[in-house]
Amino acid sequence: MSTKRKGAYTAKMKRATHMLFYRRHQKPGVKGWELRKALSSDYPKVLDVLDDFLKPLDLQVKTVFEDEKAPEKPAIDDLDKARFYVTLRGDLEPKESKMIGWRIDDLAGLAITISFIISKKGQAARRDVEELLGEKLAGWKVGLNLDRYIRYGYLQQDDNEQLYLDWRTRAEVDEKALIDLLLRGDEQDAKLSKGKASDEDEEEDEEEKESE
Amino acid sequence: MATQQKGQKRKETKKLGKDRLERVIDMMRGIEDHTVDPFLLNVDEIIRIVQEYFPEWDQPEELNLDAEAIHHLASVIKLQSEWVKQRSTSLYTDPFLLEERIIQKDKREMTELFLQAWHPIVEQEQVTLRSLADALRYWDALVPLRERWEQPAVTQVATGITSREELTDQSILRDEAFSTEMDRYWNELKQKTQLKGKEGKLEYMDWVGADTYTETVQRVYITSFLVTYGYATLDVIPLEDEIYIMPLWEPAAKQTRQAFSVPITLTSESWQKWKRGKKP
Repeated sequence: MSTKRKGAYTAKMKRATHMLFYRRHQKPGVKGWELRKALSSDYPKVLDVLDDFLKPLDLQVKTVFEDEKAPEKPAIDDLDKARFYVTLRGDLEPKESKMIGWRIDDLAGLAITISFIISKKGQAARRDVEELLGEKLAGWKVGLNLDRYIRYGYLQQDDNEQLYLDWRTRAEVDEKALIDLLLRGDEQDAKLSKGKASDEDEEEDEEEKESE
Repeated sequence: MATQQKGQKRKETKKLGKDRLERVIDMMRGIEDHTVDPFLLNVDEIIRIVQEYFPEWDQPEELNLDAEAIHHLASVIKLQSEWVKQRSTSLYTDPFLLEERIIQKDKREMTELFLQAWHPIVEQEQVTLRSLADALRYWDALVPLRERWEQPAVTQVATGITSREELTDQSILRDEAFSTEMDRYWNELKQKTQLKGKEGKLEYMDWVGADTYTETVQRVYITSFLVTYGYATLDVIPLEDEIYIMPLWEPAAKQTRQAFSVPITLTSESWQKWKRGKKP
């Protein structure tokens, strides 16, 4: 690649980084056509390079297509209509989730709600979700939490009080992985409970240290 | 006698076959409307019924019924295939099984599971020197609210009397002169048709033609409105290259047919030809 061309790509990558990291609209992310306008028609290539740069930082450029089912070989038209985000590439440790402002109750509630809606083919009555969350969460918190998930863009609700998955779930949650994890057998349960025990021990140690 | 019995038997077989096919079609329609489970239908049995009665059909409506049964059967097989595909996708999960799993897990397990499938969006919020400088420039250029919200000055005018011309100019009243002019032309057309016309119509050029070209154009202009507003109608004979105008004794209140435009060219040359007593 010539120096001039390299320079042009670097400038485009900088521009793409600014566009993707800083919110431009009410919702985060950038539409493909906006990137095309700002970076020229080779923006998919620029995003690929940027994605490679983000890999060591455990971040990725995530593409969310307009249709729920992502096309196998997306055409430029599909990409223009898609929305691009920068998301975490790997996963968070439970302790890290606290750092980004989520209480374990709220996150568990979100996980349950999303899984339940997926299992119901993408649509569930709010009443049913409230009943399910009410099994383990305080009644006053259930409604507040659901409203919060809706406000953040994880869920949407129609006039008939039916809940659906919204744009943020599509951008952030690997739905297939979540269901696979939920249905994985006892092996996973054992692993999780082992992890839980060690975490609890660690937490207790930390609490002890703090009290000292 | 034997032939009669045979004929009677064939008639009964046909009736039975038709009834069976109609029942099958009804059931398949139910499946297509998603009111019946697609797997309740035994496809082999339906094919056997269709095959059994096919040799009996010789009338078009009977063959049509047979084709309809096959068509619906194909739709049902498609629905069965879609159902199997949906159940076999990795995202299909039995809701009861999943619900059971969710209830079994405690909050911590559920959160740990979710964290493995959750990749939150990364966003930055930061003020830069450049954005501050831009904001300051914007502030400097911003017009104060008292100036932006200033009420437009409205000049007070004393009440007075408006004239007909002013109302006509503002399209509040119709131009009476023009409608009077149209009435005059309409009456003239009716009279002229009675005097010089044939079969209640007058040759177009004989009607619009005047002593001067300007006057002729003026008549063409008014005539176009007579036709548009239903005071007259045109009879165009394309093969003969002839156009006639027919006055209507009562203006046509409503367009009953699709309106269409008739382009008529009137050049100075064609007017001169008419004037010399020739056809345009």
